[in-house]
Amino acid sequence: MIPAEFDYVRASSVDEAVAALAGAGDAKLLAGGQSLLPLLRLRLAYPEVVVDLGRVDALRGIREEGDRLVIGAMTTHAEVLGSDAVRRHAPLVAEATATVADRQVRHRGTFGGSLAHADPAGDLPAVALALDAEFVVQGPSGRRTVPASEFFTDYLQSALAPDDVLVEVSLPKLGDGWGVHYEKFHRVAQAWAIVGVAAAVRRSNGSIAEARIGLTNMGPTPVRATAVEQALAGGAASQEAVRQAAARATDGARPTSDLHAQADYRNHLVQVLTARAVLKAAG
Amino acid sequence: MTEELDAGLVAEQIRQADVLAPPDQTTEIGRRRARKEDAKLVTGQTTWTDNIQFPGMLHAALLRSPMAHARITKLDVSGALQRPGVIAAYTASDLGADQIGLPCAWPVTPDMVHPDHHPIAVDEVRHVGDPVAVVVARDRYSAADALEAIDVEYDALPAVVDMEEALKDEVLVHADKGTNRSFTWPFENGPVDDVFAAAEVVVERRFIQQRLVPCAMEPRAVVVAPLPASDEYTVYSSTQVPHVLKLMLAMVTGLPEHKLRVVAPDVGGGFGSKLQVYGEEVVCLLLARRLGRPVKWTESRSEGFLATHHGRDQIQDIAIAADRDGTIRGLKVELKADMGAYLMLVTPGVPVLGAFMFNAIYKMDAYRFTCTGVFTTKTPTDAYRGAGRPEATFAIERVMDELAVELGMDPLELRRKNWIRHEEFPYTTIAGLTYDSGNYEAATDRATELFDYEGLRAEQQQRRDRNDPVQLGIGISTFTEMCGLAPSRVLGQLSYGAGGWEAATIRMLPTGKVEVVTGTSPHGQGHVTSWSQIASDALGVPFEDVEVIHGDTKTAPMGMDTYGSRSLVVGGIAVHKACEKVVDKARRVAAHLLEASEGDIDFQRGVFSVKGSPDAKVSIQEVALATFAAHNLPEGMEPSLNSDYVLDPENFSFPHGTHLCAVEVDTETGWVQIRKYVAVDDVGNVINPLIVEGQVHGGLAQGIAQALFEEGVYDADGNLTSGTLVDYLVPAASDLPEFVTDRTVTPSTSNPLGVKGVGEAGTIASTPAVVNAVLDAVRHLGVQDVRMPCSPERVWRALHEAQAGAR
Repeated sequence: MIPAEFDYVRASSVDEAVAALAGAGDAKLLAGGQSLLPLLRLRLAYPEVVVDLGRVDALRGIREEGDRLVIGAMTTHAEVLGSDAVRRHAPLVAEATATVADRQVRHRGTFGGSLAHADPAGDLPAVALALDAEFVVQGPSGRRTVPASEFFTDYLQSALAPDDVLVEVSLPKLGDGWGVHYEKFHRVAQAWAIVGVAAAVRRSNGSIAEARIGLTNMGPTPVRATAVEQALAGGAASQEAVRQAAARATDGARPTSDLHAQADYRNHLVQVLTARAVLKAAG
Repeated sequence: MTEELDAGLVAEQIRQADVLAPPDQTTEIGRRRARKEDAKLVTGQTTWTDNIQFPGMLHAALLRSPMAHARITKLDVSGALQRPGVIAAYTASDLGADQIGLPCAWPVTPDMVHPDHHPIAVDEVRHVGDPVAVVVARDRYSAADALEAIDVEYDALPAVVDMEEALKDEVLVHADKGTNRSFTWPFENGPVDDVFAAAEVVVERRFIQQRLVPCAMEPRAVVVAPLPASDEYTVYSSTQVPHVLKLMLAMVTGLPEHKLRVVAPDVGGGFGSKLQVYGEEVVCLLLARRLGRPVKWTESRSEGFLATHHGRDQIQDIAIAADRDGTIRGLKVELKADMGAYLMLVTPGVPVLGAFMFNAIYKMDAYRFTCTGVFTTKTPTDAYRGAGRPEATFAIERVMDELAVELGMDPLELRRKNWIRHEEFPYTTIAGLTYDSGNYEAATDRATELFDYEGLRAEQQQRRDRNDPVQLGIGISTFTEMCGLAPSRVLGQLSYGAGGWEAATIRMLPTGKVEVVTGTSPHGQGHVTSWSQIASDALGVPFEDVEVIHGDTKTAPMGMDTYGSRSLVVGGIAVHKACEKVVDKARRVAAHLLEASEGDIDFQRGVFSVKGSPDAKVSIQEVALATFAAHNLPEGMEPSLNSDYVLDPENFSFPHGTHLCAVEVDTETGWVQIRKYVAVDDVGNVINPLIVEGQVHGGLAQGIAQALFEEGVYDADGNLTSGTLVDYLVPAASDLPEFVTDRTVTPSTSNPLGVKGVGEAGTIASTPAVVNAVLDAVRHLGVQDVRMPCSPERVWRALHEAQAGAR
């Protein structure tokens, strides 16, 4: 890798990281580097300072807090996958994380880094959105909590200010009766999702009581498929009913066209994949 | 957590794998030897070109054009020279006459349009990535940073990326040439027009061979180390062709050939992309000469996408004429081949090779082939695994399936009806090649058995009947290829710039160990192991006692290098023949030592013995020591057992095989899933089955990649939009199915080991097998064709459009 020159700061605490960000003109956080390093390598990013969070131990780890599960921002994907608590209480996170790139990336890339990058083609933003995750953010004026619905603001843009650090993400524990599935459509294992659908479904007496659905790569931000959720709620878990509801997955979506798919194909795919994800989650 | 690589452990595991070989095997040839060279290669404890360091070494970086076609109106490197660590910066005008054009060794026609191709562009750039200046600095970072301080302005000229557009000659890539047509190469045999006029059935199709980007694991790298006092230069390069490179560097730089040494250290893959004489190699040599210091250049992956030659990129118009009963009568092929912006080492020859392969394994009365080479404002194309043969094989195997549909015949039956029958060999094809051997019946029978052809056809029918959203398709490819490029006289007839021989030297060391010097230049093929097996059998010495020396023009001075599945059938045979010369001479020494006449000496497994007196014997190692001591040799004998052999092959070799592919196509999404892949290859006798299987697996991956995944995409402005591994989809192991591989053995009759070569077979065979399967799955739904790569979107769109058309 031959990036342009930059200064490097290794933070040992969140406070230090925030201070380093505040003191620099144009700084970037290094939180695993799986998105930042390619940008540096291609000289698409020219930060003056790179602040490395790799040694901030307080940002790592997974803990339970009552009916919520809290994942530290610097917890690697591999650590998320290895966690019993995640598997038990946030199985949708586990499923989606298992589809992230390849083993090497999952050992380097972090849960919080991936969310903070706010790439709508990333797998975790749609999951966080569907599960109503809460983002704990620390800036120069202290900590605040941002709901997922307000976190992703535009393409690669989030509610994080330039001198904010994402500390941790808190997710509601899914209780009994919930089924989940992450349906990822991508051409090769390490490629981004052309479309992804994160679905969590609570069944009750053969029908769907409640559904939470997030869409990957269907617009400049991850998309919450609220129209589908409403159509599903209280309805049958039958193929036909689910397909009908899934046809509304394009409501609110603004997919782009790129080398891997034109927008109309994405709009078609998202309906097929939403039905599949919901049926698998409900199955 | 990081795991330390333990080279010793890896080496031990490789040794243990050898134990898996059947213990009763008495010959090395045919044994599943794990590769000797792998321990150092997989642990990285070896010399890749980029690892090479010299005191005072400088680093070069090239500023490349971001425009596809433009006049350079301003170019000022003074800003770069101000940057820290920068030693020098040059443009084309600074290099002036030192910069002679890069070579094209294959002028396919006398009137071929061959534009100048300077390593650093002169006045005009003609593809994105064309270099415009070079910076030399103390380290790579400084060199890369300094590129940004070069002041360059361009006056944009129109790009032309489409071959048919280019052939209108409205936008000229090389204005001084007045045309974008480089050449038209014709071939004709038999009464083509009569055959087509009288034909009961004619099927015409257009196929597009998309552009592919070779992605060898090791990027290119060059280091040139000068010895200013004696004006000598050593060029280290990640190349497949150190010998060709040495000759060409001497020719284009004017440096005396005997003052140049070219070394290809361990090379991490090439697939044809390193069968080249690149501008960076020439530039580094010029820089080392000017500056009197070692200079290194290493490609970044992004740079490689633009600056390393591409492959394929053809428009194929093919027409086949047949009787109603399926008998093929004639074939017409009109090929347009995208040269890119310049002709490189063998650019024009690659599509022309297809002339001999479109007819494939089939008999016919008439054949016409024309190939037109076209300039566009894109990266030049050149050899890529298969080089001309996969393109041809794809078109004929695809059109055979289309003909079968037209005739309502089973595609296997159609092939069976038309292929050269086993008893008809040797057979001279309509394209003029004489296939020495083959048994298409045996390979096909074995493949259909392993595949459960009938069972899958039945399932296919069931899925169709119940209108299953997931449809099943079966694809066939009964391919052959011409390998072992090539008899020198044939290459001469084809206007190729060199011969096709290969050299080997055997050095018998005093302790009985053996050094095999080969002119082949392995970059992943495992020659060190295979050549050891050949020498071990021929000389009767243990496999472990053989070392193979390659890839350095100083230690292996003669060679034509490695490409076109030639190494075993030419270079391996040269090793065998050189060993025979050693044994012949050692026999004379043995007869002398045993006081017997030469005719009475038997040689078996490394031991010379006297017929009828089995106790009177001497080992080849003892003979080696006796020859070294030279105390007691026959009168007048030179005290050396070493031998050289230069082998010019008498014919090409013709590996063949039958590949069968079953795919499931999800009609709701267009997703193609390979359900089963059976490859039965006939590569003749096999030196090392493990290496052959590895070659087949890798070849299949690359051929399937063309069918389903990879595509070099240019936009209308000539930008390579698939210029990273995010957008250019190289499949990984997890994206590929489990392969069922098997072999039939029909030895070549053109060489003493009966071998044929295997480097390209899987790539050539698999692309049409997969695409035929995709079409077979959805043709009944109205789909006529799907362009490669058969991406989910393309398949879905084809289905969508077919449905819309049916309404």
